[in-house]
Amino acid sequence: MDMFIKFLVAAVLAGTPLLFGTVGEILSEKVGHLNLGVEGMMSIGACSGFMAGYFSDSFAFALIAAALGGALGALIYAFLTVTLMANQNVTGLTLTIFGIGLSNFIGVYALGFSETGTLKLPDGITAHMRNIHIPGLSDLPVVGELLFSYNPFVYLGILIAIIMGLYLGRTQTGLNVQSIGENPAAADAAGIRVIFWKYFNILLGGAICGIGGAYCSMIINRGVWISNNVGGLGWIAVALVIFAGWKPVNAIGGSFVFGALRVLKYYMPKSVIDLPVAFYDMLPFLITALVLVISSMRKSRGIGLPAALGLNYYREER
Amino acid sequence: MSQTPANPACAIECRQITKTFGSVVANDKIDLDVRYGEILALLGENGSGKTTLMNMLSGIYHPDSGSISIAGQPVSINSPVDAMHLGIGMIHQHFKLVDAFTAMDNIVLGTHGKRLAPKVLKERILEICHSVGLEIDPEKRVYEMSVSEKQTVEILKVLYRDAKILILDEPTAVLTPQETGKLFAILRRMREQGRAIIIITHKLQEVLEISDRVTILWKGKSIDTVNTAETNARQLTELMVGRPVSLSIQRPQPQDPQPVMDVQGLTVKKPDGAIALDGISFDIRSGEILGIAGVAGSGQKELCETIAGLTKSEKGHITFKGEEILGKTPAEIISLGIHMGFVPEDRLGMGLVASMGMVDNMLLKSYRSHKGMFIDRKPARALAEELIRRLEIVTPGEDTPVRLLSGGNVQKVLIGREIESGPSVLITAYPVRGLDINSSYTVYDLLNEQKQKGVAVVFVGEDLDVLLELCDRILVLCHGRITGLVDASSVTKEQIGLMMTGSHSGEVQQ
Ligand SMILES: Nc1ncnc2c1ncn2[C@@H]1O[C@H](COP(=O)(O)OP(=O)(O)OP(=O)(O)O)[C@@H](O)[C@H]1O
Ligand SMILES: [Mg+2]
Repeated sequence: MDMFIKFLVAAVLAGTPLLFGTVGEILSEKVGHLNLGVEGMMSIGACSGFMAGYFSDSFAFALIAAALGGALGALIYAFLTVTLMANQNVTGLTLTIFGIGLSNFIGVYALGFSETGTLKLPDGITAHMRNIHIPGLSDLPVVGELLFSYNPFVYLGILIAIIMGLYLGRTQTGLNVQSIGENPAAADAAGIRVIFWKYFNILLGGAICGIGGAYCSMIINRGVWISNNVGGLGWIAVALVIFAGWKPVNAIGGSFVFGALRVLKYYMPKSVIDLPVAFYDMLPFLITALVLVISSMRKSRGIGLPAALGLNYYREER
Repeated sequence: MSQTPANPACAIECRQITKTFGSVVANDKIDLDVRYGEILALLGENGSGKTTLMNMLSGIYHPDSGSISIAGQPVSINSPVDAMHLGIGMIHQHFKLVDAFTAMDNIVLGTHGKRLAPKVLKERILEICHSVGLEIDPEKRVYEMSVSEKQTVEILKVLYRDAKILILDEPTAVLTPQETGKLFAILRRMREQGRAIIIITHKLQEVLEISDRVTILWKGKSIDTVNTAETNARQLTELMVGRPVSLSIQRPQPQDPQPVMDVQGLTVKKPDGAIALDGISFDIRSGEILGIAGVAGSGQKELCETIAGLTKSEKGHITFKGEEILGKTPAEIISLGIHMGFVPEDRLGMGLVASMGMVDNMLLKSYRSHKGMFIDRKPARALAEELIRRLEIVTPGEDTPVRLLSGGNVQKVLIGREIESGPSVLITAYPVRGLDINSSYTVYDLLNEQKQKGVAVVFVGEDLDVLLELCDRILVLCHGRITGLVDASSVTKEQIGLMMTGSHSGEVQQ
């Protein structure tokens, strides 16, 4: 039992960076832009967040810097695909390669100035990243551990997902924005500022991805800088978007499920099932493939996959 | 309608509007005036620049030069938002709706402010419906809708924003005569409310019926504006085409018609399980044109698709020269010489690859018969050139992607390719949808030419006058049953109309 609760907590922790990446990517896909640069934007956010924290000693500043870093990556993508109408897949892939490279480069460069040969966040910041403690609530048995004792990123991620869910699903603006991903010509004819909202959503999505990146560089390795700290999570996030059916709120559950798959190998008692570790590493991708098959078999056509995903829009084109 | 401006005369004044696309001059110094409280028809051949001009009023394109005034004020329309603020609403030739959304969501799309509670919104929409006589289920999703329902949504979108100026680009091209009648009643009511309406249509009788004035475009120029009351179909055609044209269809006597295809007891179900065709039997003969009449959705589409091998049948037989073709693949059926010129509601969706030029689109149909490893474009190019000449297709060149052509010209490419492929049975459904008068007659001539070559032609049509003039025999479908198979020369339009509603059965003569 105790082991099981530990497993669930670990799942949530492992799923949180995925949650940021997924919600960010949903925002971009909802305006019709498949951004394969999630990994890159997360890497830039990881780097800018970490460095800002390292040099400024301020947690809030680190968060803002991470968001700005992610948004900057998204800006490059948006300028190329929205304004210059470059191919979305190629641009996204390039952004990933660029983002990882830039992040590692800056990391190595900063390491050169460090006397100890490592980069470690100052205590002033790590203090903010510890698990929260709400007197009373956090002390409850089981529930306290499961719901009220995570680090602030977890709650921030859930909050962002819920707000984005409300934004897309419940407001007129959200409806307008979704129509851009469905049929940009229709949205344009209906008087929606297509270009503006594309930039808005892509950049907002990038900022959210950036915060997810900061989680990777600041939390996962306990405040010590390592290269390639995002480590492929951005790619899983791209797949998770489908798993979540393009709904930010579903992404919460989805990312925790994938988080669970990622940590399963540490918690599955060898006495029950003895499988090679490689099998567990493959599991998230196997599930993704299954999800793709099942979701393509479902006949219903609601608001899910944006119909104009991947297609650039130019008003006078026909 | 709240109020009409101080100068009620002019809703729109366009002066010397010019718009070019690369080397194509789509609009050449066009003048256009529209008043409040009138319906202006815009008439012109395919590619004469009607849609382009309207797109400039609705902010999709920006004119290269010229001026536009709305309600007496000079304006610059840079985007659809600007057009909306000026009270201009447009219903596009190809609908601009979000398929995954409900009617309601499409109607409020792009409006600002708080999202209304569905109940309030529904009431408001139904109120508008009521004021002009429209009908809609606000919660139905667009992909489940018929064309006329989609159009209703488009109209409501415009009315919801209380547009004072309405532009309808070929709204009737895909409607049945009954639906067109309803639409016209609604337009008249909107005219009474003082709105200005521009309607584009290729059907002259509709122009004469609905409009107050007609402006005629010819090769991108506005050449004349006439009062509808003082004109007639002949004069309008002459102005539009630039020379006199005869408006009668020939019907050469069939030469030795022989049954080539025999349909026996054919029963077909729709995907949802409803009966589409209910045990119908008839034959198709060489050297004659068999017309198929019926209210839209009476089984015409299923009949064509079954013959082409695209839909499975429940019961029955179709034999071609004694050989059963049910169960064969579309490719096998085509190789027997049974060709289909089906013109769907969505022209670009079926049969043509929008981003390819004419030459490559010709190749799509003929590559099978070709031997060797590499493509030989020469015959396809010759065919494309031949079509451009014969059907007077307006295009900068045979390699221009077909999506850049005007709506009607896209259609000519589609229909021309099927006709020129030398079939022994040619099935055409709605081949003149969206075609201007002149091109329509060219298509009729082409069909007649095929008939005289001994091809068995099936013509699924919606215009009864044309069916009566062009076809040798007419088969009337009603709810998937044959309610008449008659000799076209000895039947009246009224009789066919009654058979179409199933209230009268024509003698089934073989
Ligand atoms: N976006 C575009 N790019 C290139 N050429 C264009 C574009 N839009 C229109 N054209 C060209 O401009 C000309 C006029 O086209 P337009 O669509 O206005 O014709 P139309 O009068 O509406 O014809 P139809 O009755 O067939 O719809 C055509 O030759 C067309 O190929
Ligand atoms: Mg047009």
